[in-house]
Amino acid sequence: MPLRAKVASSVSRTAAALSRAAGRGDGSVIGGWIGLKIDPDLLAHLSAGRAIALVSGTNGKTTTTRLTAAAVGVLGRVATNSFGANMPSGHTSALAKAGSTPYAVLEVDEHYLAQVLESTEPHVVALLNLSRDQLDRAKEVAMMAQLWRAALVRHTDVRVVANADDPLVVWAATPPGDPARGINPPHVTWFSAGQRWHDDSWVCPECGSTIQRSGEQWWCTGCALRRPEPNWVVEDEGVLDPTGAWHKVSLQLPGKVNLGNAATALAVAAEFGVRPVDAVSRLGIVTSVAGRYAQVDKDGRNIRLLLAKNPASWLEAFDMADDAPTLLSINARDPDGLDTSWLYDVDFAPLRGRQVLITGDRAYDLAVRLDVNDVPFQHVRTFDDAIRSVPPGRLEVIANYTAFQDIRAELDRVI
Amino acid sequence: MSSESLRIVWIYPDLLSTYGDRGNALILARRARQRGMPVEVLEVRSDQRLPATADIYLVGGGEDGPQALGAQRLLADGGLHRAVAQGSVVFGVCAGYQLLGTSFFAKGVQCRGLELLDLQSDRGESRAVGELAGEIDPRLGLPPLTGFENHGGRTHLGPEVAPLARVTTGIGNDGATEGAWRGKLLGTYSHGPALARNPALADLLLRWATGAHQLPPLDDTWSDRLRNERRAAVAPARA
Repeated sequence: MPLRAKVASSVSRTAAALSRAAGRGDGSVIGGWIGLKIDPDLLAHLSAGRAIALVSGTNGKTTTTRLTAAAVGVLGRVATNSFGANMPSGHTSALAKAGSTPYAVLEVDEHYLAQVLESTEPHVVALLNLSRDQLDRAKEVAMMAQLWRAALVRHTDVRVVANADDPLVVWAATPPGDPARGINPPHVTWFSAGQRWHDDSWVCPECGSTIQRSGEQWWCTGCALRRPEPNWVVEDEGVLDPTGAWHKVSLQLPGKVNLGNAATALAVAAEFGVRPVDAVSRLGIVTSVAGRYAQVDKDGRNIRLLLAKNPASWLEAFDMADDAPTLLSINARDPDGLDTSWLYDVDFAPLRGRQVLITGDRAYDLAVRLDVNDVPFQHVRTFDDAIRSVPPGRLEVIANYTAFQDIRAELDRVI
Repeated sequence: MSSESLRIVWIYPDLLSTYGDRGNALILARRARQRGMPVEVLEVRSDQRLPATADIYLVGGGEDGPQALGAQRLLADGGLHRAVAQGSVVFGVCAGYQLLGTSFFAKGVQCRGLELLDLQSDRGESRAVGELAGEIDPRLGLPPLTGFENHGGRTHLGPEVAPLARVTTGIGNDGATEGAWRGKLLGTYSHGPALARNPALADLLLRWATGAHQLPPLDDTWSDRLRNERRAAVAPARA
């Protein structure tokens, strides 16, 4: 590593430690930010010599990264940005902090995938899904798919592991090669993790025709784009691998969504030569991910935290949540997006029949939404009020990003 | 009303539904049902014919490509023009508002609109993103408009339409006026589920559709709290 990179890497680690010691944050971003100021190529230097997997998509990337790191851990030490700090400063921090490791598994914000592909030259990239998220400032969904596709054209040597159930991902993962110049399209391994959310993929990204669906199949009515045959499939409580062998997956994380994330993790690890039979038991050690799915006991209530940031992830959260009293908390601060319109893209009907409490900065937006949805609810001012309002036992908490962080802080930064 | 039930058509949810636009159909249907009116909501996709006999047509927001495609298909279909000629109500939001005019810009190209409202849209220098509020045309007898806007357009009104509101916060058409209306056609930059924050506007559309001069009041406790909170959020800070 060049001297400048060594200095930058060392300063980066120190800043992260200071940030943690000062109680100003978990240090997962600030260190990398300072390091990159000293050496803009620091991420590339820190990546050199490691076999790297990138994990990107609108939803599930933090959890899938955690599961993938556990699976690849069969082979040796793995650097990973496990706090969900998923921009280049977070990657830089994570690699600097980990020191020399043969492997790295990095969660990447979907907007930064092209840039991070460039800096880290990964062996594998996993593309999970694309759906609407924070539209007041994020790129529109079809444009994101276009950016991914353009990035992969420049990196046709990378192994792609992609979701066969998401038409936008399939299109992004299959850019045309250029046989005249000897450029082949990237090699893709397909997984099927299911997709509950279809509202961003009615129109074919290739030709603009309507996409038809029947069961798990989908196809464009105007061109050749259609669901590829997946190599890895969730089946019952386990995963079918490409050889047809079925592996039981016992997770501590709830829901079918996380079985899909586990299938993805096994598929990515397989690209490094990890056999699923060796990795599958390690997936069960993952309990909570940056507070997501964490369970906390307080005043006789067993509180479980579920993060839901956009319409697709709300549908998944309803699938994971038990039939128990449920607190919903909504904010609309900068990290959440300032616009609450997405509430009407979510059908809250699965909550009918449960005791529903609402809170957060934008509880009134949620109140009007639930009213229209015929879901009775009770508005509470604070998290403590919510706890007092439910009987002892399970309390499911579903919150969007900053609302989730607020509740985590109240529960003393549960991990 | 054209038949025994109120028919609401949501136009092209496959193209024009980016920001919770479904909310407007849900809110109109619920407010009608609460008054004892039977309601039918039809979601008409862009590869289907548009029925010309519904009472209320909703045109939602969308990205540039789908907006241009939606306008093309509506022009080719002709159903919305026939419905308007028969006195149906049309409510356009954001991209759906722009395409009711004579022309709009999508992906840098000027596109032909439906020419149902005398207005044309071009691109502003900056994107308008944030809270939108205004005093509504007094002839409509509605409380102030509150919403959220997210668009890059600027809309210029011709003499045959009236502005929906005078802007007090945000940009709307051009920083001075917001939205437009003529007869039973109404458009706004207050995007997505605009009626969630403006139940009186929802009731205006229902009155236009049914011919009722008045509708029984509903319990709008939560909408009122939401409106008050949003209005306080955009009020100038007091010293």
